[in-house]
Amino acid sequence: MSELVLTLSQWLEALAGDAEPWASYARYLPRILDGVWLTLELVVLSGLVGILLAVPLALMRVARNPLLWMPAYGYIFFFRGTPLLVQIFLVYYGLSQFDAVRDSGWLWDRVLSKPYWCAIIAFSLNTAAYTAELLRGAMKAVPRGEVEAAQALGLTRVAQYRDIILPRAFRIILPAYGNEVILMLKGSALASTITLLDLMGATRNVIARTYMSMEFFILAGVLYLLIAAAFIGLFRLAEHWLNAHRRTASK
Amino acid sequence: MKISKTLTALLLAGAALFAGNAQADRIRIATEGAYAPFNFVDASGQLQGFDVDIAKALCEKMQADCDIVAQDWDGIIPGLQARRYDAIIASMSITPERQRVVAFTNPYYSNVLAFIGPKGVEFGTDADSLKGKTLGAQRATIAGQYLEDTLGRSVTVKLYDTQDNAYLDLAAGRLDGMVSDKFPAYDWLQSDAGQGFEFKGEDIDIDDKIAIAVRRQDNALRERLNKALAEILEDGTYAEINARYFPFPIY
Repeated sequence: MSELVLTLSQWLEALAGDAEPWASYARYLPRILDGVWLTLELVVLSGLVGILLAVPLALMRVARNPLLWMPAYGYIFFFRGTPLLVQIFLVYYGLSQFDAVRDSGWLWDRVLSKPYWCAIIAFSLNTAAYTAELLRGAMKAVPRGEVEAAQALGLTRVAQYRDIILPRAFRIILPAYGNEVILMLKGSALASTITLLDLMGATRNVIARTYMSMEFFILAGVLYLLIAAAFIGLFRLAEHWLNAHRRTASK
Repeated sequence: MKISKTLTALLLAGAALFAGNAQADRIRIATEGAYAPFNFVDASGQLQGFDVDIAKALCEKMQADCDIVAQDWDGIIPGLQARRYDAIIASMSITPERQRVVAFTNPYYSNVLAFIGPKGVEFGTDADSLKGKTLGAQRATIAGQYLEDTLGRSVTVKLYDTQDNAYLDLAAGRLDGMVSDKFPAYDWLQSDAGQGFEFKGEDIDIDDKIAIAVRRQDNALRERLNKALAEILEDGTYAEINARYFPFPIY
């Protein structure tokens, strides 16, 4: 626990005095807020890594060469078809069963032995599969005329994708991607199963001490709602900004 | 066929409600099922263990019809409050926090805590020699509470959903050591997975008594359980169950 959390705790406790349930609320509220921060970190970081992975995956997926599209297809099939909890456990408890992994030096010491990075890895791989599938659909939805125009201009295939198709696809997937981020936010509660003190983990630990399950689960629910509302707002803004051309056109 | 069975069950349940507690002798008992050898699920999916045997012996003495169900540990007290079952026989320690929300019978065994660490590793058990180490325990347990309260400032505490997950991480090397109830750890140290580990330092005797939890208003059930417990202690049933699991008395 960070110093900030401890200080906030002490300050709130002094404010609340000894009367229950206020003393418990005061003592444990800062831990839960600390959990909110970790939840945000997990979602944002794995969201970013997920997008970075999703672009090459989606490009592979639309390729005509079976050596390219088949691995991408298998990857997406696996990660969309198995529960996120199974994926987390495979990364965290599964990999650590192998001596080769435990003796892999830096990879084990710095990355795979840490629940934080295991969660980031599992979430990123998972969301990459969904995002790649969204991107694939969006690339298909780019108006044929625009692609033909790019070809007529003599753009190379790389330039076609880089300058025309991918930027258009990103705008098309934006609403659906916002949805994926919300799903990931809720999925991130599973990080609590591998000892991480995210919002859910912190809440469960607090309930383990206080048995005030009703109060603290409601609090956690409200906090998840607020985070979801913030993400929804951000995506609305992004849509507004990225689709500026449509606004002016429709005036 | 199925419908008529359900109907019969409903009618019986209704009859039981009206008949009052004189005949309606169906007691639902929760245990965890992930805490060998006290309670665990065997290869055929049946709940087994010391707690389960004690529960069955008590039910026999009370001449009650018992259902024993498995329930995840950190939801086990909320489930009792929500009337999903009437008693918890799951190696639960009597603590002041729990006494605020449930009532306990007389103890049916005594528990001590112990440190577990890898064989051949120097392992002081005071706060100074443990500084900077990572220790694990199960969430919502006495061991977890002890870790947080007495060593929380000097070690990193990791809390697990089940005792088994903590063992997995100890074996994987993510934990430098664990604090655990001594008897289940004794059982694990005898197993293949536990071969590289041993008890470290002195036992931690925190005057920990294990008892059956019931809802605070269910005094009649508590009295019946106490009476049955005295009977099995008296007639040797208890000693016989004890001997099935441990070569030393644990009462």
